[in-house]
Amino acid sequence: MTIRVAVLFSGGKDSVYACYLAKKQGYNLNCLISLFSENKYSYMFHTPSIEKTKKQAEVMNLPLLIQKTKGEKEKELLDLKKAIEKAKKKYKIQGIVTGAIQSVYQASRIQKICNELDLECFNPLWQKDEENYLEELIKNKFKIILSGVFAYPLDETWVLREINDKFIKEIKELNKKYKIHIAGEGGEFETFVLDCPLFSRKLKIKSSKISGEKNSWKAEIEVK
Amino acid sequence: MESRNRGKMILIIKTNKESLHELEFVKPIEDILSKSKIEFKSIHYDNLTKKDLENSDKIVISGTSLKDNQFLEDLNKFEWIKEFQKPILGICSGMQIIGLTFGSKIKKQTEIGQQKISFKKEFLGLNSEVNVYMLHNNSINLPKDFVEFTDSKFPKAIKHKSKEIYGVLFHPEVFNKEMILNF
Repeated sequence: MTIRVAVLFSGGKDSVYACYLAKKQGYNLNCLISLFSENKYSYMFHTPSIEKTKKQAEVMNLPLLIQKTKGEKEKELLDLKKAIEKAKKKYKIQGIVTGAIQSVYQASRIQKICNELDLECFNPLWQKDEENYLEELIKNKFKIILSGVFAYPLDETWVLREINDKFIKEIKELNKKYKIHIAGEGGEFETFVLDCPLFSRKLKIKSSKISGEKNSWKAEIEVK
Repeated sequence: MESRNRGKMILIIKTNKESLHELEFVKPIEDILSKSKIEFKSIHYDNLTKKDLENSDKIVISGTSLKDNQFLEDLNKFEWIKEFQKPILGICSGMQIIGLTFGSKIKKQTEIGQQKISFKKEFLGLNSEVNVYMLHNNSINLPKDFVEFTDSKFPKAIKHKSKEIYGVLFHPEVFNKEMILNF
């Protein structure tokens, strides 16, 4: 008997890969939950645009539960709890899946919320070795682009780049030189998944606008 | 320290009910052993055979999620621990299983997240103030013939007085990876 789960979903590689791993083990994905923070320095959540996340949910054929939050430190946890409660009621979920890898801050807060709501909590990427993670994503047919970069020496030329062998080679060099985390766990970059085996079709970039300065650049992406 | 376990066969006994939890509670331990080129085999307690126990040099009993208490219904499957003569390390639910096998009582006690604990004496390479990751809804009292190594209200790191049986309530695979290699 498999249990019904919802996935905390940002549309980046980690949350989509967590979906993939759960599905692969036979778990029933019942909905995706996305929090959209008005604060771009949110402690808990990536801040993608709502529209492109909706598109991902659409090609995954899953309902997307959207919760807006002001992104203030403890209040956003209450908003997260609210969203999970809604999912529990509406989709009868019994567990939450997250893409947490290293962040104890993030993971332990979600654990607490699940514990309070009597839900199972799954972190299938927990403590994952970053060394081969990106290769694993490519091997499993994930097409991922960088939607933003936030650390020296990454600049606007890195935005919208696809994670492929060339990217991995270069990011590993930057890891040696500047301690840039290979999988971007330190917030060095943000990603967006354009295609993976869970998508019914590949998403295409309709338009993109890159903005930023120095070593903080972001792309506003529209997908179709 | 790592050479301690070179050529040894570690048996990881899984306690998680949900298969998806393996990636969270077992895989990180496997990765630590793999990286140090230590041989291991992982098996759920439901499928454990006498042969598995005989063929291993050391045993790690891994933890499980906050809500998963299935192992408490299956304690009869851990009776072998009492007579076992090789080293055992129990992590979280694994420590609870060891304690309950040796007569401890279980108590509701929730701790989630990072905390500092202080060791009174050296425990598998951990000493004085140590940052650990906690994830449990239960704890046990100190089992008979065991010693508690930390300065805590309830046991967080224990060892049998004469056997090499260790238990930790925290998850060393998160912040204290070297402890697993020191076992």
